[in-house]
Amino acid sequence: MREQDPVVRAGNFEEVACGYHPDDAMRESERCLLCPDQPCVAGCPVGIDIPGFIQKIGEKDLRGAYDILTDTNLLPAICGRVCPQENQCEGVCTVGESLESVAIGRLERFVGDYAIKEGWINIPYIQPNRYKVGIVGSGPAGMACAADMAKAGCDVTVFEAFHQPGGVLKYGIPDFRLPNEVIDAEIGNLKQFGVKFECNTLVGRLFTIEQMVSEMGFDAVFVGVGAGYPTMLGIPGDSVNGVLSANELLTRCNLMRAKEFPNFDTPQPIGRRVAVVGAGNTAMDAMRVSIRLGAEKVYCIYRRSRKEAPARVEEVHHAEQEGVEFHWLTNPVAVLDDGKGSVRGMRCVRMELGEPDDSGRRRPVPVADSEFDFETDLIVYAIGTNANPIMGQTSKLRLNKWGYIDTDENLATSLAGVFAGGDIVTGAATVIEAMGAGRKAARSMKAYLGIRDVSRPYISEGSSIFGIDRTERNFARVRVV
Amino acid sequence: MKANEMANFEILKREDFSDVTYLLEVRHPLMAKAAKPGQFVIVMLNEHGERIPLTIADFDKDQGTITLVIQAVGKTTRQMQQECQVGTSLYGMVGPMGIPSPISHAKKVVCVGGGLGVAPIFPQARGFKQSGAYVIGVVGFRNKDLVFWEDKFRACCDEFIICTDDGSAGIKGLVTAGILQAIEKHPDIEEVVAIGPPIMMKGCADATRPFNIKTMVSLNPVMVDGTGMCGGCRVKIGNQVKFACVDGPDFDGHQVDFDDLMMRLRRYTKEERMALDHWEKSCRLQKSIDVAVDTADLKS
Repeated sequence: MREQDPVVRAGNFEEVACGYHPDDAMRESERCLLCPDQPCVAGCPVGIDIPGFIQKIGEKDLRGAYDILTDTNLLPAICGRVCPQENQCEGVCTVGESLESVAIGRLERFVGDYAIKEGWINIPYIQPNRYKVGIVGSGPAGMACAADMAKAGCDVTVFEAFHQPGGVLKYGIPDFRLPNEVIDAEIGNLKQFGVKFECNTLVGRLFTIEQMVSEMGFDAVFVGVGAGYPTMLGIPGDSVNGVLSANELLTRCNLMRAKEFPNFDTPQPIGRRVAVVGAGNTAMDAMRVSIRLGAEKVYCIYRRSRKEAPARVEEVHHAEQEGVEFHWLTNPVAVLDDGKGSVRGMRCVRMELGEPDDSGRRRPVPVADSEFDFETDLIVYAIGTNANPIMGQTSKLRLNKWGYIDTDENLATSLAGVFAGGDIVTGAATVIEAMGAGRKAARSMKAYLGIRDVSRPYISEGSSIFGIDRTERNFARVRVV
Repeated sequence: MKANEMANFEILKREDFSDVTYLLEVRHPLMAKAAKPGQFVIVMLNEHGERIPLTIADFDKDQGTITLVIQAVGKTTRQMQQECQVGTSLYGMVGPMGIPSPISHAKKVVCVGGGLGVAPIFPQARGFKQSGAYVIGVVGFRNKDLVFWEDKFRACCDEFIICTDDGSAGIKGLVTAGILQAIEKHPDIEEVVAIGPPIMMKGCADATRPFNIKTMVSLNPVMVDGTGMCGGCRVKIGNQVKFACVDGPDFDGHQVDFDDLMMRLRRYTKEERMALDHWEKSCRLQKSIDVAVDTADLKS
């Protein structure tokens, strides 16, 4: 797929990957072997019929491809961009055993973008059932859950604390990876399904989860508020001005549009040199945003080696192309201030890899007498997040020892009718995993409400009676509608 | 939730206390029901605006309103002073945020408000009064002309001390003088609650430290989201780092590192200046356009 030249793109917020031309998509689709065991489908967290939609592309039936995609994934334009395909569908692709895997993500994005351009939307026949469902958080988990519940006929309201819906897709992932227009288009589709979005609503404080169930008439609630309480390093100088979390940098830049300051009011001075601590996807985003905001030098400081970096290979590659300087096996020990409360530099220590730790990765250990200082104007911590405390403070939801919401295997919480999924249950993960959790919770919510599961309707004649799946247990509705 | 309970953030009332301090009553029935003393909101004036935290000065469950008292000091607060008239609406207002102030069972308390903090200390004073405490109110202003809400405070305080810089009303001096006066008269004060500029809260904490009186302060660092996600509002409390938005905003004043807080409040001084200049320039431009249009109209 064509990409913007690294030199050019480092100066703009346009998408890096330009997307397929229809001919390219066609050619790529022909590489799929349509192998019978379909490892890609098993490798997809939401189980998209991947060979099915690729085959339709090959037949030049893009509408058909879109229909197949949206059977299981309502947000193809988003997932095609941000899924870590190399660990999922593409990672297990049969073609990939000998050649390069089929570019499933790019094909998915191609179909998603084409649908947005053409204004396609698949609104199923929805039979309203009078159940009211509340979704807390409008990120990927909430959006996926909302879509499924709306399709099942529920009256769905999504609550968002920010002034715009989209959650991490909006505030976290920069435009050059996922343009806001794509997110808005997908949210627009949800609205056409009848999903209502209420922004500026901090659930827990404006009203509680318990109130949603007991006073506001929600028959079921899904909590997908994400994790997002950023971890600071806890080294001397953490609070010096010019040290900030990647969350803050990204929110200021992406959601609050600091790049357009002073036409937008939120500033984000970037300085000449930026050091980003961490090597995950968020760290890569922070580095690449810094470059686009005008930093001359951007350093990546990571205590392990490149092999252990949690970011997608493609992201590291992109960051490198754009001029990020990687300092592997380097660990910060102190922030140096200029005596006036601002960052002057950072003191680091060299590391080497020792024995494997609990995560199976080799544990980095400091090299004796290897401390060194370097100058920087801004330090960004992208070293992970903890559970947001608001749900725990305001509800009786049972939490685990790390503060994440405790659920059973069906994502039911300790409160009847309340389900949870995404980062607030598992800790920080990927967009597609959050969407998978949203959909899993939706299945459980339907079972809880006694709604027939319409997500796989009338699949095969042999296994259903009167269009009702034999394996489905919830035939009876608990309330007359 | 009924449709009419959802807010459009309409401004129902405005009152100007001075050329820099003004009060807005914003319609938000649901928030008026949920709000408790000590909580804050984050306001956005328009789509291009920044998110600014403002402590809730009062709330009225019957009227369905949230009261904010604002000092026009920066770009956004000045623009709000100019644009927020009755009948207009804010672009967004989210809250009530933060952990409500614990209205303790202290029998005798001093509620201290200075500058920005005079308004938000009011619901706390009222809360303490309602829970049966003997409430001494201490408020500080630069001079007599800037005094507001005296009647509201007198209605819920057993004693009320006004401090002015020039002595034009009440006692001459800072709020710390008022606190010391109260402590002298009442050796059995159990708690002091102080809201105001950091330097004032620092002064209050220093004043009560020798007497070992529990002193709660409300911190107001720079925030973006207000939901614990950005970490911009982190403050040092004892040897711990806390986020003012979700772990606060109230903390034990004797534990707060005020110097750190004040340093962090200066993070964006330069950019704040730029934003203000940019805005003032566009105001002047707009004004000259208006004048030009008016003259053109007159000529035609």
